Amino acid sequence: MKKDIILCGVGGDGIVSVAKIISDAALNVGLNVKQSEIHGMSQRGGSVFSHLRLSDKPIFSDVIPEGKADIILSSEPMEALRYLPFLAKEGWIITNSAPFVNINNYPDIEKVMAELKKIKNCLAFDANEIAKTVKARSNMVLLGAAAPHLEIEFAELENAIRHIFGRKGEEVVNSNIAAIKAGRDAK
Amino acid sequence: MQKLLLLGDEAIAQAFIDAGGSAINSYPGTPSTQITEYVIKSKEAKEKGVIANWCANEKTALEASIGVAYAGKRAMTCMKHVGLNVCGDPFMNAAIIGTKGVIIVVADDPSMFSSQDEQDSRFYGHWAMIPMLEPSSQQEAYDMVFSGYEISEKLGTPVLLRIPTRLAHSRAGVVRKEARQQNALSSPSDPSSYVLLPANAKRLYRNLIDKQADFTKASEEMGYNKYIDGADKKLGIITTGIAYNYLMENFPTGVCPHPVVKVAQYPLPYNMINKLYDECDEILVLEDGQPFVEELVKGFLGKGKRVFGRLDETIRRDGELNAEKVAKALGFKAEQGDPVPAVVTNRPPALCQGCPHIDSYEAVNAVMAKYEHGKVFGDIGCYTLGFNMGAIDTTVCMGASITMAKGASEVGVFPSLAVIGDGTFGHSGITGLMDCVNEKANVVVMILDNDITAMTGGQPSSAHCKIAEICKGVGVEPEHIRTIVPIKKNHEEFVKILEEEVAYNGVSVIIPRRTCLVELKKHLNDKK
Repeated sequence: MKKDIILCGVGGDGIVSVAKIISDAALNVGLNVKQSEIHGMSQRGGSVFSHLRLSDKPIFSDVIPEGKADIILSSEPMEALRYLPFLAKEGWIITNSAPFVNINNYPDIEKVMAELKKIKNCLAFDANEIAKTVKARSNMVLLGAAAPHLEIEFAELENAIRHIFGRKGEEVVNSNIAAIKAGRDAK
Repeated sequence: MQKLLLLGDEAIAQAFIDAGGSAINSYPGTPSTQITEYVIKSKEAKEKGVIANWCANEKTALEASIGVAYAGKRAMTCMKHVGLNVCGDPFMNAAIIGTKGVIIVVADDPSMFSSQDEQDSRFYGHWAMIPMLEPSSQQEAYDMVFSGYEISEKLGTPVLLRIPTRLAHSRAGVVRKEARQQNALSSPSDPSSYVLLPANAKRLYRNLIDKQADFTKASEEMGYNKYIDGADKKLGIITTGIAYNYLMENFPTGVCPHPVVKVAQYPLPYNMINKLYDECDEILVLEDGQPFVEELVKGFLGKGKRVFGRLDETIRRDGELNAEKVAKALGFKAEQGDPVPAVVTNRPPALCQGCPHIDSYEAVNAVMAKYEHGKVFGDIGCYTLGFNMGAIDTTVCMGASITMAKGASEVGVFPSLAVIGDGTFGHSGITGLMDCVNEKANVVVMILDNDITAMTGGQPSSAHCKIAEICKGVGVEPEHIRTIVPIKKNHEEFVKILEEEVAYNGVSVIIPRRTCLVELKKHLNDKK
């Protein structure tokens, strides 16, 4: 089993938390994990990404080579396209379709969506809308949408959420679990 | 033993606690910050009475560590690569002393994700003639802290632990070792070794030279450096640190057909490299950083077998290493995904919406627009992003805003404005301000006070709540130390203050003070 996942978005949108939850679950089922992330100047409202690698064999590089990613999981549609060179031929893009516009020259969203439609395996949906209905953050909804592609039992992701958010109380845990369930059922 | 999912930084921090570390003194800097932060937040460290401090700068931090080691306890100081420049003095002299029980962790930033250069700290370690460790994984980083202290205490030398961004900021499973007790308080066996009078220093430098053979022996025997044989001897490969991973990524079976010397400890294991050179036709050197080992192995006469890598740009000399670059150097065809569609635009980092720095820069821009030849000298922090607002003309190194403004004003630049953050002012702005006062330089120094060292994630700023007092103490005239809250409705007043101080022929300080928004949100969340 091998899953190479690029998580991407805009600084501050919770992509690193998603990476942590998947890593925690993977480690718990005995997989090897490497997860690299970006801190510092590069994260101030700019593009951010995290490389997450899971495997039942030893993992060498902390970063995924181009053309090898099984999944691009993105909190923002244009950001999903930025990492296209990493996507394997049969890989999946799972992305929020709601744009995050913090730059003056953000492109026409129709053009962005048209590029996404060209991808063979692409699931684009409005995670912000779903997040509102379950009163959670959209990053957790996206995690739920990626869950069926991870080859990790859904219950393991729930356990990881309990493990990581447990100290923040039952309410936070439950809303996050509701969010990944809602994301899993998103179309 | 317990397995934890840790960043490379965190693995080093946990190992510091587990290896009986007594005190960690550091200055924050990406990508090294999470080491000290982890120890500060660790309940375990607190229970063990471990001291964990953010210091004014890397020099004060490393000197504190030398003091800890002088008292017989295990010490650690962490920094980013350019921080090593700031503590170059204690660093070189700790080597001469032969300070026992000190690990200096330096996180280099190939590809400059959050830095102003790509300097490779191994040159410093080589220059200081001390052993260096360069782990290839989070587990190795953890283990090397234990080994580093053993080397340091047994051979009488500080040890440099060098990690690049990708190891610092990548998580993997790490198995802990059994925890070790802290050292008891003691005095150095040779008290004169801490008095670097020339007479002592000459003897100590000779000792350091004589110890080189022991350092090399340790490199050859401790097991971190490996000679991994391969049948195809047309090519031999030297990897250092995580470069080994980028090599092996190209061999999914986990076997490289060529002989490999995997370097993780310095001085170089000469026995292994000699063997590789003797057995192979050519040598490829793979390093995530500058061509440090390549230069050492190749020499500059270019005689003998071909040694290649970054120097001849087989691999681009700048930027971090990766598996694709290694594939190209090996003559493999790298796989490629689809190109980035043209519709994708850049999304550079920017000041947060509502950031107090934006208000400060709007005032600066309003005033400077009236002068044709004025210059604004910037500094290092979030506010460096003021460049994107056209508000600053320079950013060189920590503290250089004030001193460059002084130098420029003295040869005729007017107005000469310095913009520096509260954290950076505490780090290395104060002495520069003293220079300004002593020469009565015609400068306006703006100290942007957001209550925190923001860029690295909100560490306390050493000049917190005492900036105006420090300026007074340094000798700035009290009537020319002005404060203002940088918010929209104060814009006119801000502009007026700035104009008045530009008009004053002498040293002025303006302190716009408003808490960093990211920090404010964190506090509000904590209160919930």
